[in-house]
Amino acid sequence: MSIATRSAFGETVAKLGETNPNIVVLDADLSKSTMSKFFAKQFPERFFEMGIAEANMIGTASGLAFSGKIPYICSFACFLTGRFDQIRLSIGYSGANVRLVGTHSGIAIGEDGYSQMGLEDIALMKSIPEMVVIQPADGEETKQAVEYLTNHHQGPAYLRLTRQKVPAVTDRVSNYEFKLGKPVTLRKGENIAIIATGGVVHESLKAAEKLQASGINPTVVNLHTIKPLDPSFFRELTETHRTLITVEDHQLDGGVGESISALVSELNPTRIFRIGVRNVYGESGSPEELYKKYQLDADGIAKQIAGWLK
Amino acid sequence: MSLEMIPEAAKVLYEKSPLDTFPIESEELTRLKKIANTVRISVIEMLTEAKSGHPGSSLSEVELLTALYFKFLKHDPKNPKDPNRDKFLLSKGHGVPTLYALLAECGYFDKSLLNTLRKLGSPLQGHPDRRKLPGIEACTGSLGQGLSIAQGLALADRLDGRKSLTFCMIGDGETQEGQIWECAMSAPKFQLDNLIVITDYNKAQIDGYTEEVMPLESLAKKWEAFNWDVIQIDGHDYLQILAAYDFARKKQNKKPTQIIAHTVKGKGVSFMEYKVDWHGVTPTPEEAKKALAELTERGKSL
Repeated sequence: MSIATRSAFGETVAKLGETNPNIVVLDADLSKSTMSKFFAKQFPERFFEMGIAEANMIGTASGLAFSGKIPYICSFACFLTGRFDQIRLSIGYSGANVRLVGTHSGIAIGEDGYSQMGLEDIALMKSIPEMVVIQPADGEETKQAVEYLTNHHQGPAYLRLTRQKVPAVTDRVSNYEFKLGKPVTLRKGENIAIIATGGVVHESLKAAEKLQASGINPTVVNLHTIKPLDPSFFRELTETHRTLITVEDHQLDGGVGESISALVSELNPTRIFRIGVRNVYGESGSPEELYKKYQLDADGIAKQIAGWLK
Repeated sequence: MSLEMIPEAAKVLYEKSPLDTFPIESEELTRLKKIANTVRISVIEMLTEAKSGHPGSSLSEVELLTALYFKFLKHDPKNPKDPNRDKFLLSKGHGVPTLYALLAECGYFDKSLLNTLRKLGSPLQGHPDRRKLPGIEACTGSLGQGLSIAQGLALADRLDGRKSLTFCMIGDGETQEGQIWECAMSAPKFQLDNLIVITDYNKAQIDGYTEEVMPLESLAKKWEAFNWDVIQIDGHDYLQILAAYDFARKKQNKKPTQIIAHTVKGKGVSFMEYKVDWHGVTPTPEEAKKALAELTERGKSL
């Protein structure tokens, strides 16, 4: 089943609202796009429409969190994380138990173009101490991540979601269970491991199938937790694989590949190739056209990997 | 200081709001004045010891915060996280020495901590830190942010049916931040009559007088236009301060309150008053001696 992870979030947080009275949701005039509208409809007294004023939304959520509420604050990834100073002080340094939900991540948002694309949000959020950064790859994983963030997590967290529908990938694992910081191996291969996150996990799985035809049989890992990274997982991965490939719909500078490269260089230096948006701005176009142009679709990913391995 | 010595740029004419007289006995008034004087002495001592900080903005808020902590705020220094407490947030975080001195006077922590201000390992950080010191409600210092946090606290009180109040002090220079006006727009929407904002209008900021750096006038009209109840007072006159707080506490008209308190930067130390340069510079030991002598003398006369 294909579903946009923003939709899975909206449905889950509305469902959780029935049993957890402490959840409050704030949105900055994008509830119909972030899908916080479901919660808004069901729990109008616990939903706060903040208007187009993200900085004020961030601070308000902090105050609510200090009083024991569990605020989810929603906007497009770029608009939310663009209020970096408010996030670093009013949420991060304050230890506010707030969940930041950034939807419309990556060039995959398509026609709206660069101004609406979250392409630097991971870089910003991962730089804040104690901030947890999660990017689920499909609907089920989103549901479980939101359940975790609501009922088990304490402290600031950033949840990065897609506008586009993504096919299920976690159904490859029987009785899939989301565990913070524990990457999930979706495909077992040899020598080469692709570590992908978010909407491009599915594309990476397809790329792996394509590569198999040319004798390359990559492992594919779904990295749902971008921060913190689990050193033991990467120690083992680099002991069993010669080359790592990272795939993300985000700038390479400050992205997931960079985090993994830094960790692996300390643990067990291994060759790493990074696939993502390479020091350029996005643009308008259909999501499919953009993924083709920026080589983030299965073909593009497979082609880049084959090129490097030559 | 005589009126003609006040710099032209620091003169802002205003009409004091007509308020009911707050009943207070003269002994009680004297007690508050003595506390304010003690707080000013602590502020000068702390900043001299720390060798950095903001005397001008600390001294302008002393009466406003003394009245709050010793007459109005429902709070218990032994139980600083009591959910039913009234809250105070200092959004102009650089004025925190006064708040530290008052929290110590109230008994939140031992007064001996005051001379650790800004030193390595001290819970008395250069700007307020809620995770390091009891009685501090928010981490502030990047201006414009505290008011939104105060709004969140006030919303939570209302959601949970608590009758508590949230007070938030903002600076005049801070009012130039866009986020202040985002919250100015939202608090009336949420009908937060449990939110009371105090503007410490001391007319000066780092680079000069506010009217020169970025004019705020007509400040009262701006807040009125955003649908706040606006009160203007002399921020060093206890009778007006108490009357304003009492008005804000009693009213239940679903509108937040903005108390524009006209104050004097550096108030209480003759050579600091109205001087922009004392925003972020601390006194030398000789200057401190002079300031402390003045304050001690005034204390005796009370």
